Amino acid sequence: MKVTIKYFGLLSEVTKCEEETIDFSKTLISELLEELCIKYPNLINKDFQVAQNQELVSFDTKLLSNELVLLPPFSGG
Amino acid sequence: MSDKKIKSVFIQGAISSEFIGESIAKHQTKISIGAHNIFLGQVRADVIDNKIVAAIEYTAYEDMANAKFHEIREAAFEKFELTCMHIYHSLGTVNAGEICLFVFVSSPHRKAVFDALEFIVEEIKSKVPVFGKEIFEDNSHQWKVNS
Repeated sequence: MKVTIKYFGLLSEVTKCEEETIDFSKTLISELLEELCIKYPNLINKDFQVAQNQELVSFDTKLLSNELVLLPPFSGG
Repeated sequence: MSDKKIKSVFIQGAISSEFIGESIAKHQTKISIGAHNIFLGQVRADVIDNKIVAAIEYTAYEDMANAKFHEIREAAFEKFELTCMHIYHSLGTVNAGEICLFVFVSSPHRKAVFDALEFIVEEIKSKVPVFGKEIFEDNSHQWKVNS
C-alpha cells in the first residue's frame, strides 16, 4: 500500500524532505523503519518517536493507517 | 469538559506583552475568580560553543499538538478547581528575550492555580510535538532539546 511518511525538525534535514509517499508491503512499523533506515542511513543514530493517528506508538505496532509521522525529541515552551 | 471545543493555541511569531495584558484585562468581568497564575516562556540567549542563540524558530506537528493541548486542558480542569485556562504557543521565529509560551490559569483560590500551572507547563514540555531550532547570530543552527 501507499504510505505517507512525515518528518519533523532535525529528521527533515536528514531526509531532505518533510514528507514523501512510498510503497510498503509489510505489516509492522519497525519493518517500515528498517526500509527508511536503508534509504537514509543517517536516521539510524537519531533519536525519534513515531505517531500514527496522532498518537505515539511503539515500533512493534502494526501500521494501521496510511500515514506515519516521525518525531524528534520535543522542545516546545 | 466536553463542551470545550479544540482550538488552535498557536500564534505566528512572538507573543506580545500587549496581548498578555489584554488577556488579563478580559478577566475583570469574571468576578468569581480570586487568583490568577501566569507562566511566560522566554527565548534565552544561550551560549553554545561560543555562539549566541539569537532566536528560536518553532515548528510543530500541528494536528497532534492541538489534540495534545486539548487533552492537557481537559486533564487540568479535571484535576484542579479552575475557572478558566488559556494556552498560547509561538510558531515561526521568536527572538531572544521575546515570549514563546503563555499559560494563564484562573481559579477562585490560589492553591489551585499554583498546582495547575506547574502541571500544565510540564505536560506541554513532555507531550506536545513542538520543535525548536536555535538560530545562532552567525545564522548557523542546532535543534533544541528540552532538559
